[in-house]
Amino acid sequence: MKKNNENLSGKIVPASSVGLAFKRAVKSFALLKESRIGMAGLFLVVLWILIAIFAPLIAPYDPLANFQPFLKPGMVDSKGNLFLLGTDQIGRDMLSRLIFGARRVLIFAPLATFSAYLVGIVMGLLAGYRGGWWDIVLTRVGDVILSFPPIVLYIVIIGVVGATAINIVAAIILASGPGIMRIVRGLVLDIRTREYIAAAETRGESDLFIMLVEILPNARGPLIVDACLRLGFVTITIGILAFLGLGLPPPEPDWGGMVNEARVFALAFPHMTLFPCIAISSLVLGFNLLADGLREISLRD
Amino acid sequence: MQIPVLVFVLKRIGYMVFTMVAVSLLVFLLLEVNVEGVAVGVLGPYSTEEQRNLWLEANGYFRPAYVRYFEWVSRFFTGDLGHSVRFNVPVADIMWPRLWNTAILGFWAMAIIIPMSLVLGVLAGMKEGSPQDRAVSLLCILTVSVPEFATATFFSAVFVFGLKWLPGISAMTDGFDWVQLILPVAVLVTYDFGYVARMTRASMAEVMTTAYIRTAFLKGLPYRIVISKHALRNALIAPFTVILLQFNWLLNGVIVVEFAFAYKGFGALLLEASLNEDIYLIEACSMVAVFVAVSTQVLADIGYMYLNPRIRFK
Amino acid sequence: MTIDYNETVLEIEGLCLSYFIRAGEVPAVVDFDLKLHRGEAVGLVGESGCGKSTVANAIMQYMGNTGAIVKGKVKFMGNDMSEMSGEQIRQIRGKEIAMVYQEPMAALNPSLSIATQMTEVLVFHEGAAIHDAYERSLNMLRDVHIPDPERLMESYPHQISGGQQQRVVIAMALLLNPSLLLLDEPTTALDVTVEAGIVELIAELSSKFGTSLLYISHNLGLMLEVCDRIAVMYSGEVVEEGSVESIFSNPKHPYTHGLFGCIPMLHTDKNAHPLVAIPGQLPLPHERPQGCYFGPRCHSFKGAVCDAEEISMSKIGGEDRNHRVRCPRWEEIKKDDSINRVVAKKPIDTGSTVLEVENMQKYYVMHDNSLGALMTGKRVKYVKANEQINFRAAQGETVAIVGESGCGKSTFAKVLVGLETVTKGEVRLEGVDIGSMPVKSRSPELLSSLQMIFQNPNDTLNPSLSVGMQIGRVIKRFGLESDPAKIKDRVLQLLDSIKMPRDSYFRMPRQLSGGQKQRVGIARAFAGQPKTVIADEPISALDVSVAAAVTEVLMDMQRNYATTLLFISHDLSTVRYLSDRIVVMYLGQIMERGTTSEVFSPPYHPYTEALLSAVPIADLSVEKRRIVLEGTLPSPLDPPRGCPFSTRCFRKVGNICDEELPPVQFAADRHAIACHIPLEELEAVEPVIKLPDRDENVHRDV
Repeated sequence: MKKNNENLSGKIVPASSVGLAFKRAVKSFALLKESRIGMAGLFLVVLWILIAIFAPLIAPYDPLANFQPFLKPGMVDSKGNLFLLGTDQIGRDMLSRLIFGARRVLIFAPLATFSAYLVGIVMGLLAGYRGGWWDIVLTRVGDVILSFPPIVLYIVIIGVVGATAINIVAAIILASGPGIMRIVRGLVLDIRTREYIAAAETRGESDLFIMLVEILPNARGPLIVDACLRLGFVTITIGILAFLGLGLPPPEPDWGGMVNEARVFALAFPHMTLFPCIAISSLVLGFNLLADGLREISLRD
Repeated sequence: MQIPVLVFVLKRIGYMVFTMVAVSLLVFLLLEVNVEGVAVGVLGPYSTEEQRNLWLEANGYFRPAYVRYFEWVSRFFTGDLGHSVRFNVPVADIMWPRLWNTAILGFWAMAIIIPMSLVLGVLAGMKEGSPQDRAVSLLCILTVSVPEFATATFFSAVFVFGLKWLPGISAMTDGFDWVQLILPVAVLVTYDFGYVARMTRASMAEVMTTAYIRTAFLKGLPYRIVISKHALRNALIAPFTVILLQFNWLLNGVIVVEFAFAYKGFGALLLEASLNEDIYLIEACSMVAVFVAVSTQVLADIGYMYLNPRIRFK
Repeated sequence: MTIDYNETVLEIEGLCLSYFIRAGEVPAVVDFDLKLHRGEAVGLVGESGCGKSTVANAIMQYMGNTGAIVKGKVKFMGNDMSEMSGEQIRQIRGKEIAMVYQEPMAALNPSLSIATQMTEVLVFHEGAAIHDAYERSLNMLRDVHIPDPERLMESYPHQISGGQQQRVVIAMALLLNPSLLLLDEPTTALDVTVEAGIVELIAELSSKFGTSLLYISHNLGLMLEVCDRIAVMYSGEVVEEGSVESIFSNPKHPYTHGLFGCIPMLHTDKNAHPLVAIPGQLPLPHERPQGCYFGPRCHSFKGAVCDAEEISMSKIGGEDRNHRVRCPRWEEIKKDDSINRVVAKKPIDTGSTVLEVENMQKYYVMHDNSLGALMTGKRVKYVKANEQINFRAAQGETVAIVGESGCGKSTFAKVLVGLETVTKGEVRLEGVDIGSMPVKSRSPELLSSLQMIFQNPNDTLNPSLSVGMQIGRVIKRFGLESDPAKIKDRVLQLLDSIKMPRDSYFRMPRQLSGGQKQRVGIARAFAGQPKTVIADEPISALDVSVAAAVTEVLMDMQRNYATTLLFISHDLSTVRYLSDRIVVMYLGQIMERGTTSEVFSPPYHPYTEALLSAVPIADLSVEKRRIVLEGTLPSPLDPPRGCPFSTRCFRKVGNICDEELPPVQFAADRHAIACHIPLEELEAVEPVIKLPDRDENVHRDV
């Protein structure tokens, strides 16, 4: 506190506000410590992120290299190579493929989620704060898209335009954007009745300032929790699409795709489908636990 | 009092019609505006340019899009859904039986999900923070974290390969078989009950903290009466909506499960149609899927109004 | 019915209550004693966080998962409640001890009809047959003076007004004729005229049934009207208790003195007699000091005496043998010491007219899409929020706009600042008509000259921005300074003038108390040096002692800048204390306007008269004529055709009141009354409030 008093003499306003924001972010993560569930989630997510980043260092083999096929976990091939999780139907190392597979899901799930959030937030702010025709048009468009069962939307769109990375991300934005818009709109409708918004309006602030500075930061709590849940859900969606054969094309490793390719051999070699399933489940569990922990500490405040 | 209710219902149905029109436009735009794609879909990728043009000409595809749209929509109303290239039968002949199979699957899944999630949710929410609450919450988080195809894999590993209790294929080639239904239903239940249970728990926990529950206790009512008469009534309003909207999400699982267990249902049909670019079949399936989804939404709204006197008696 | 008034209904001895949370044990109530006889009304008074509601919950044995009785006994009819089984407790709840709460809407189950909620009490406690229970409930509703009880029985809670909901809750509580009724702020959520009715009802019923009352409230004036004895609580303990007369005429504890110093009294005003706030803040439970909890805030604090050891209650003797106080120095302390005295302040010189409102009208358009509306073609309805508003305010003047909820006072504020525009008429600020100028089209100069202070301390500041940024933004926005260092200087000066420490500059709103947030809100409004400030109920959400501090800050700021202040409030005693002119509104229309002394003495508009009578006054020496209004506020969607007050008026002269808008009569130059009753008759009305001679007045002007 003393330090702050000394600081008052200098001109440090912009720097200190950035510093403050940073401090607050650190503090809120420190709060997560109090939630055991949240910490477990954070651990799982961080673990997979580290695996994805350091994949080339951790993975024992090239994920695309072919060795002896159908080796069970812990077996050694004729050249003495050990395969901790076995090999797949064309002799690629399961462990290396799992490790590299983390990269794909951890790039596409966040990319798609954040893009959807960008779209959803802009739509939600406009619909909620501007109201009138903006609200009517955006809400109706959202309702129409939300009336599709999401999987139908994915199957039809990807079936028509083809399974490329951009198409999959675009389909996810289209399918989840309106849902995010609804949440943002609801939050905005609540926040806009607050007195500090009236104070900003009577100061003559622009709509953009009000939406971005006065409203959006105060909606962050529920949005962060929702984003975490949604990350998990998008991860599942990407997995399902790959499992149904609508995912990104091979041969790059992809957890859902691995299950799809190995399905026919599952009877004799269950390890080929079990391990990718465990991988994706643990990552999604991480996101969900993290979301639950964040919600728990946000309720406690 | 009756007239406002009627107006409300009519309004909701009107909005439903609007949505269906918008959806049909969207589906049409996506699938039929690119006529070349239609021709490829029907005649196959190895057809020649000339063949395609002839086919398009013969089927009136060079007319303006809006004319074709109205024709398409009106054919829909007469029940003529087109011809499936993949199965080489009229779309209606293959789609309706498949929809029936899926209805059986969905019915049994819901018949277990609803009571199970409501009971667990109410038990957990009744005493927030208690061991029973923590156990239910953790169970729900675990099950919603495992995607359906993973659950299917795990269950197959245990019950089909390990214990050899159940068949791994639910194709029902020799007629309807209960045993083959068990695994698909189990997978759907495992993934979907958690979400409803969590919503029920949240709703129940919130109701338990309200002042009117305190009033009920301080009036000296017995615990079970407070729960059954005062709490449940209000706590089950939210889950009701969630359950009806859950149909939309259940379809996710239905497609995965039908694909995984080779169950001959609507979801697998849509997937097959999409993978084979069977355009008329895709159109019919997606329109039916959206229709079912929108109908449940309307039901949810009307039911919500009936459950909530604050809206009913305005 | 014979009632033995010596019978002890409730006896509490040395009760200590704690909450057990993650951080550990939090003592909520310490060493609490209470004895309640049959038919007696005892008040627990104190500010929020003093533990008064916790006591009520403990009596009900309903402390939630985290609360528990740590020490002491609660004896009901001589039986220790801690020794009773759960089933015995359940039998007592609702039958022997009943409770009424602050928010009647929240206390009633939204999805059950009133009939269901009332009859079940009889069914489960006495096994009454349904139709029998129904009849008895109906009779009880008649006892609480609800019109058309048959229809009400079939209603759902949201369909009836707040006042009626509270009557239902009271009826439900009294169904089994309990010996003890706990009332936890039963009228705080209600309008004053409705409150007056409920207070009267409670008094009537308790004498009729011989029910003992434990009345919990923060409002000293209300205590005076309803209680025989009161206990003043501070930070979890009773600091003083005794009969109402004894405590009001001869308060002993410095905190009680402090409370009286915070309440605006009727015969003073802001210049002659500024309010004296209690310095400091309520200590958090785990930060309570050794010895006297009030020590750090007390003017008479003396080391080694006040902070040595636990302080017990001592009897002060005198007329009331049971008047006790928890202060070791009560014999030495005089009232003057604690309210460390008042310096009269110079009135502001008022200047020329700044704000003029002429025939202002504001209607909201509502589209009715119901089938009935479609068939009759009346699809557009108007909510007449403001009708025929006329008044002027001069520079430096304080004009109060008074009225109950739904009277249109907040709509009026919105029109002034440009969040809404007028439907008709003019609003002139220094000659410029701003009535139809929405905020978006106002120039920065215009915006800066008209600023607003808001009601809700938790809502007035943006939770994501620091205090310094929020005040600095105003200075920058209105172009007073552009250099960051200079902006900061100004903000710091403003923090000085609202008596906040300079390091609050970096604080986030959630780190501030309610009163501090409200002060920052004031600083923000004055940062642009406005000519006119509109304060919309700025202190109504605050505790008494905090409200006093905020009021004084507001008055000081106004003085510094010679600002015109429009003070919107429902509280006539505050209004009387700080305003020069008063505008009384009802259902969107001005009923009466004039200077403060004109409005507070005859001729009154009948509504003003009722309003004056309804205000609880914490002063034994003031005599008040009782007027209780019948009925509820009509909907602004469908106001009466004639005088808006005609449906509830107790001086109605006939059909003319229902049929015709009342004429505006001028009793003096700018003292206007809108009423059909001739001025002479209104002139002849006896004053509602009679002030004693100043010399007789015991407890203020020593």
